Amino acid sequence: MAIELRVPTILRTYTAGEKAVKGDGSTLAEFIDNVNGTHPGLKERIVEGEPEELRRFVNVYVNDEDVRFTGGLQTGVKDGDVVVVLPAVAGG
Amino acid sequence: MAGSGLAGHYRGGVLIIDSVTYDAIVAHARRDHPDEACGVVAGPENSDRPERFIPMLNAAMSPTFYEFDSGDLFRLYKEMDERDEVPVVIYHSHTATEAYPSRTDINLAQEPGAHYVLVSTRDGADSPSYDGPVEFRSYRIIDGAVTEEEVKVVADYSNQGDN
Repeated sequence: MAIELRVPTILRTYTAGEKAVKGDGSTLAEFIDNVNGTHPGLKERIVEGEPEELRRFVNVYVNDEDVRFTGGLQTGVKDGDVVVVLPAVAGG
Repeated sequence: MAGSGLAGHYRGGVLIIDSVTYDAIVAHARRDHPDEACGVVAGPENSDRPERFIPMLNAAMSPTFYEFDSGDLFRLYKEMDERDEVPVVIYHSHTATEAYPSRTDINLAQEPGAHYVLVSTRDGADSPSYDGPVEFRSYRIIDGAVTEEEVKVVADYSNQGDN
C-alpha cells in the first residue's frame, strides 16, 4: 500500500506526464517531502515560506477534504489515502 | 461573427465555440455584474471542444477578483475526471476594464491547456436594455506569456472535422 498523489496538469512536468504518483508519510508534510524525493521540484510548487505553508493559490485535499480545514501540512495521512492537488482557478 | 474575419491578426490559435455556449457565457457575465462572473466549459480530453457549460460561483464576490470556492473546485475536477473531460475554456468577466488578462490573471493562470476567455461588461454592457456587442476575447496564458487567439463562433461542432 501507499499514498497516492493526483497531479494536476501543470505539475506533470515533474512526473514525466503521470497523472498520479505514490509516496509515503504520516503527515502531509512528510508525504510531500517523500514524493519530492522521487519527483524533485514538486514540493516548491505546493509549499512556500519558512516555516513552510501551503501556497495561497494551490488547494490540497486528503480524501476529498481541503486540508486548510484539517490541519494544513500537519494533516495526518495513511496508506490508501488519496491526496489531490488542484491549482486555484482565480484572477482579477 | 466575433473575430472570424481577423484570423491574420492573431499569432495564436483559435477558439471554436458554439453560439449557445458563447451566449451563455455573455449572459452569465451580464447577470453577475457588478461582480465578476466565472466558470468553465468542459470538453472531452484532447478534443479542444468546449461542450459542457458550467457556471461557477465567484467565492470572492468581488468586482475586481474571482476565485472558485475550494469545495466547488474539488467537485468540478472530480466530475470532469470521471467523465474524461478537461477545462477547455476557463472564463471570467471584467466589469470596468477591457477583456484583456490583468496582471493577476496572468500570475494565477495555472491551466496551460485551457483557453482563457474574458468578457467585459464595462460601459453599460450589463444593462438589460443594452443590445450592442459585448467584448469576448480568448487567450492562452502559459508561463506568464499571453497570446490572444481568434474566436470562431459556430452553430454546432458537427462540421469542425475533429469527430
